[in-house]
Amino acid sequence: MSVSPDDPYLQVRDLQVQFPTEDGLVRAVDGVSFSVRRGQTLGIVGESGSGKSVTSMAVMGLHNAARTKLAGEISIGGTNIVGMHDEKIREMRGQDMAMIFQDPLSALHPYYKVGVQIAEAYRVHHPSASKAEAAKRAVDMLDRVGIPQPQRRAKQYPHEFSGGMRQRAMIAMSLVNDPALLIADEPTTALDVTVQAQILDLLEDLQREFNSAIIMITHDLGVVAQIADDVLVMYAGRAIETGSVEQVMRSPQHPYTWGLLASVPSLHGDAEIDLVPIKGNPPSLINLPSGCAFNPRCRYAGQNGNRSFTEAPELRSTGQDGHHVACHLSAADRLRIYQEDIAHAGVAQ
Amino acid sequence: MTDLVDAAEDSAATPASSREPLLKVENLQKHFPVRSGVLGSSLLVRAVDGVSFEVRPGETLGLVGESGCGKTTTGRMLVRLIEATAGKITFEGQDITHAKGRQLRRLRQDMQIIFQDPYASLNPRHTVGRIIAMPLQVNGINPPGGVKKRVQELLETVGLNPEHYNRYPHEFSGGQRQRIGIARALALHPKIIVADEPVSALDVSIQAQVVNLLRKLQRDLDLAFVFIAHDLAVVRHFCERIAVMYLGKIVETGTRKQIYENPAHPYTRALLSAVPDVTKLGPAGRIKLEGDVPSPINPPSGCVFRTRCWKAQEKCATETPPLTIKPNGTVAACHFPEEGAVV
Amino acid sequence: MLRFVIRRLLLAVTTLFAISIITFVLFFAVPSSPATVMCGKNCNPTQIAQVEHRLGLDQPLIDQYGTFVKGIFAGRTIGEGDFARECPAPCLGYSFRTDEPVLDIIKRTLPVTVSIVIGSAILWLLIGVSLGMASALKKGTIFDRLAIGTSLVGASLQVYFFGLVLLLIFVYSTGWLTAPSYTPFTQNPGQWAYGLILPWITLGFLNSALYARLSRAQMLETLSEDFVRTARAKGLPKTKVYTRHALRAAITPIVTIAGLDIGAALGGTVITETIFGLQGLGKASVQAVEDLNLPIVLATVLLAATFIVAMNIIVDLLYAVIDPRVRLG
Repeated sequence: MSVSPDDPYLQVRDLQVQFPTEDGLVRAVDGVSFSVRRGQTLGIVGESGSGKSVTSMAVMGLHNAARTKLAGEISIGGTNIVGMHDEKIREMRGQDMAMIFQDPLSALHPYYKVGVQIAEAYRVHHPSASKAEAAKRAVDMLDRVGIPQPQRRAKQYPHEFSGGMRQRAMIAMSLVNDPALLIADEPTTALDVTVQAQILDLLEDLQREFNSAIIMITHDLGVVAQIADDVLVMYAGRAIETGSVEQVMRSPQHPYTWGLLASVPSLHGDAEIDLVPIKGNPPSLINLPSGCAFNPRCRYAGQNGNRSFTEAPELRSTGQDGHHVACHLSAADRLRIYQEDIAHAGVAQ
Repeated sequence: MTDLVDAAEDSAATPASSREPLLKVENLQKHFPVRSGVLGSSLLVRAVDGVSFEVRPGETLGLVGESGCGKTTTGRMLVRLIEATAGKITFEGQDITHAKGRQLRRLRQDMQIIFQDPYASLNPRHTVGRIIAMPLQVNGINPPGGVKKRVQELLETVGLNPEHYNRYPHEFSGGQRQRIGIARALALHPKIIVADEPVSALDVSIQAQVVNLLRKLQRDLDLAFVFIAHDLAVVRHFCERIAVMYLGKIVETGTRKQIYENPAHPYTRALLSAVPDVTKLGPAGRIKLEGDVPSPINPPSGCVFRTRCWKAQEKCATETPPLTIKPNGTVAACHFPEEGAVV
Repeated sequence: MLRFVIRRLLLAVTTLFAISIITFVLFFAVPSSPATVMCGKNCNPTQIAQVEHRLGLDQPLIDQYGTFVKGIFAGRTIGEGDFARECPAPCLGYSFRTDEPVLDIIKRTLPVTVSIVIGSAILWLLIGVSLGMASALKKGTIFDRLAIGTSLVGASLQVYFFGLVLLLIFVYSTGWLTAPSYTPFTQNPGQWAYGLILPWITLGFLNSALYARLSRAQMLETLSEDFVRTARAKGLPKTKVYTRHALRAAITPIVTIAGLDIGAALGGTVITETIFGLQGLGKASVQAVEDLNLPIVLATVLLAATFIVAMNIIVDLLYAVIDPRVRLG
C-alpha cells in the first residue's frame, strides 16, 4: 500500500472514461496518463468538453458508476481504485484525496453551519472523535486557512461568508483529514482577481505545510503559469501535450497549445495587434473528427501528407526530458513554425 | 523633457481629441434601499456613488473593477435600463438622465447594450433573423433592400453564415450566440455600445475571436464603446482609455499606456499585480491585498480603499482624496500616489 | 420574528374582512332571494316579505353586514318579538333553513373534515414523499419506472371514480368494511379510524401520486446540486449523503406545498364527503350554497379562508426554521 516518497502519489495510466448515451458512446477521456508527486502541482488545462473535469471526478471516484465505463489505472498512494468496491473508495475519499470546487457557495450546504460541515468531514474518517473534538478541529482549520475570528465564523452559515472566505472554508474542509492529494477544479474562476491571488497564495502555503500533491484544473493558462510545476493540456478527451511548466509555457510544441497561448490577452506585449484565435469550435465528443481531433481547427493540418486526417497522433517525447506532444508535425517543422509564426506574436517570450 | 510633454499630451484630463464628447456622465449615483434585519429600518446600498466620465465618438472606454464595484450598475444606467438616483447623463449634448417615450426610443437607436450571457439574452423561440430584425421592426425602420437583406448583411458583418438567418439560438455555439447579440446591437447603426462582460462566459479560444470581432467593428464603424469587464488583460486589448472602479467610485482613469504601465492608485497596482499572466511563471512578487471589499452599505470614511491599502495613513480616513492629475499623468483619487511599473 | 407574526396576523384579519365583504356582496348579487327558496313555490309576495323581514334581509346591505360583524365580536339578538333569541359571541347567526345556530353546525361538521384531512395527509406525505425520494435515488430502475407509472395513474384518477370503486369493492361486493361513518375520536378512536379508512385511502392514494412525482422531481434536482457532490467528496456514506444533505434540502418546497394543500383541504373535502356520505364542512357548505343559506355560506367561506391564511403563515415560519437563509421581515 505504501509508496516511497520519490514515487508519484497519484499515478494515472491509460485512463478511459466513457458514457454510453442514446446518441452514441461519449469518450470523455481517452487514454490519458499522468502522475503527481507529493509537494508538486499538476495543472490540467483545457476548454469545456476537454475531459479535464471528468478526469478529476474519476480520480475522486465521484463519477456516476451506473452510467460510466471506466478503464485503465488510477493508483492513489499505491492503491488502484479502478474496479475497486465503492465502499472502499468512499473510505479513501476525503481521507487520501480531497477536492475543492469552482463555486463555493453552491458547494457548501446552505442549511448547515460552516463549522458543522467541516466537523462532519472530520468525523467521517475519525469515528472515535467526539463532537467537541471535531468542532475544535474545524475551528483550527478555519484559523489555518486565514479566516479571522474562526470561533465566531464556524457558527455562521455559508451565505454569511464572502466569496473568498467561502472558498477558504472549502479548502479548510478539504484539508481537515490531511489528504495527500488535493484536486482543485477551477477553484478561483468564480472569484475576483485580488481574491484569486489570495486563494492561490493560500494553496501554495498549505501545499508547503502539508506536502500535498495538487491537481489544479483550470482553463486559465495564467493560473497554471503561476502555480503549476507540470502541465497537462487536454483536447477532446486526450492529452495533447505534457511537460514541465517551463517547457509547455516557454517552448510549447502543439498547435493547440500555441493557439491557447496566442489567444489569451496578456498584460504585456503589444496591445494594438489582434489576438490570434483558434478557428472554429471544440468538437462534439460523440462525433470526433477522424485522425487528429484537432485537425479541423489546426492551421498546419495539411503539412504532413494526410496523416492528420487519418491517424490519431500518439503522445511522443519531444526529445526534452519529460516533454511530450501528440502531433504529426516533425520536430523540425514545429520548431520552424514556432519561430516563424508564433514566438513573435508577443506570446510566451 | 520629452517625457513630460508626452505625459501631458497623454493625460486623460485634457482630451487629446477635438471631437465633442458623445456621452458625458456627471456625478452619477445609484442607491438601492435595503431593509436591515433587526430594526426594519431602511439602509442604502451605494452601488454607484458619484461617477463621472466622458466618451468621445469612436472611443473605447473600459470600466474595470471587481464584483460589487458598481460597473454593471453604471452600464445599465447609461442605457437607461435602470433609473439613476442622482447625477446627469448627457448624450450628444442632450440630457437623457430621465429620458422617456420618444426620446428614449430614439436614444435606443444610438446606444445599444450587449450582455454577458449570450444565451439568456436571446429569445429561444425566435429565429436568429427575427431576433436581429426586432430592433428594426420595433422602431419601424425599413432598410433599403428590405429587412431580410439587412439581417443577412449583419450576420455577415459579425462573421456568421447569412444563410443561417432562420435557425434558432440553440443551434449555435456560445461564441456564435454572442455574435448574434452583437449583430442585433448593430442593427440600428448605433453610435455607442455598452458591452457588459461580453466575453467572460466564453472559452478562451472563442474569447479571442469575439474580442477581435469587436475590435474590427469598432475600427470599421467608428463605434464608441463602454466596455465593462473584470478581466484586465481583455480590457487592455480593447480599450484606449480605462476607468478603474472600487466600491461605487472611479479611483483612477487614464490611457491604456498610463494605467497598465505606470498607474498611480495603489488599488490599480494591486489589481494588475494580481492578474495571473502567461508570461510570468511562478508566484513572483505579487501585491497581496488583505481581506475583502467593504460593504457598500457602510463604506469607509475618507478614501474607500484605505481599509485594504498598505500605504493608508490617518489622512486617508479623514479626508476623501479628490480625483486629480498625478505625476504619471492619470487622474486618480489618492493622497499617496505611486509611480513606476508594476512588478 | 414577533414583528413578522404580528404583521402577518394584521394582514390576515384584513384579508378575512375583505373576503367576508365580497361574499356578502356576491350573495346579494344572486337574482333569487333566500326567502323565495325557503318559502317554497306557493308563497305570495306578502309571505315572502314576512320571511325576508324575519331573516333581516329587508335591512340595507351595510346594516346587515354591520349586524353580522357585531355578532361575531359581541353577540346579537336575532329576530324580534316571540322569535327573538340571544346569540352570544361569536355569533355566526342561525341557519335560514333549520334555525340551528351556525356555530353548532360548524362544531358538528368541522371535526369530520379535519379527521378526513389529517388521516389522509399523513398517508400521502408518508407514502408519496418516501416513494418519490426512493424512486429518485433509484432513477431509471424498474422500481422507478413502476413508481412513476403508478403515480401517473394515480394522478390522473378522480376522487369520485376511485372512491366509488373502493366503495364498490370493499363495502358493496365483499362486505369487508361497513360503509364509512364518523365517530368522534374522543368517543372511540378505533371506531373513528375504522369508519374513515376508505376516505383516507382515497384521498391519501390520489395525493400520494402527486406528492411522489413532486418529491421525485425535487430530489433529483437536489441530487444534482453541488453540495451533494461535496458531501460525497467528503467520503460520507450514501445514507448520510441522501438524508442529511439531499433530503433536508429537497423537503423544503414540499413542506410549502403540503401546508397549502392541507390548508385548502381543511376548508372542505366536498367530493370525498359526498361520496362517502360524511357530514363534513364541505358538504355543509355546498348544501348551504344550494339553499342560499347566507349565514352558513358566510361561515364556511370565512373558515376556509382562515385555514388557508393560517397555513400560509405557518408555512412561512417553517421555512425560516428549515432554511437559515430565509429572514422573516
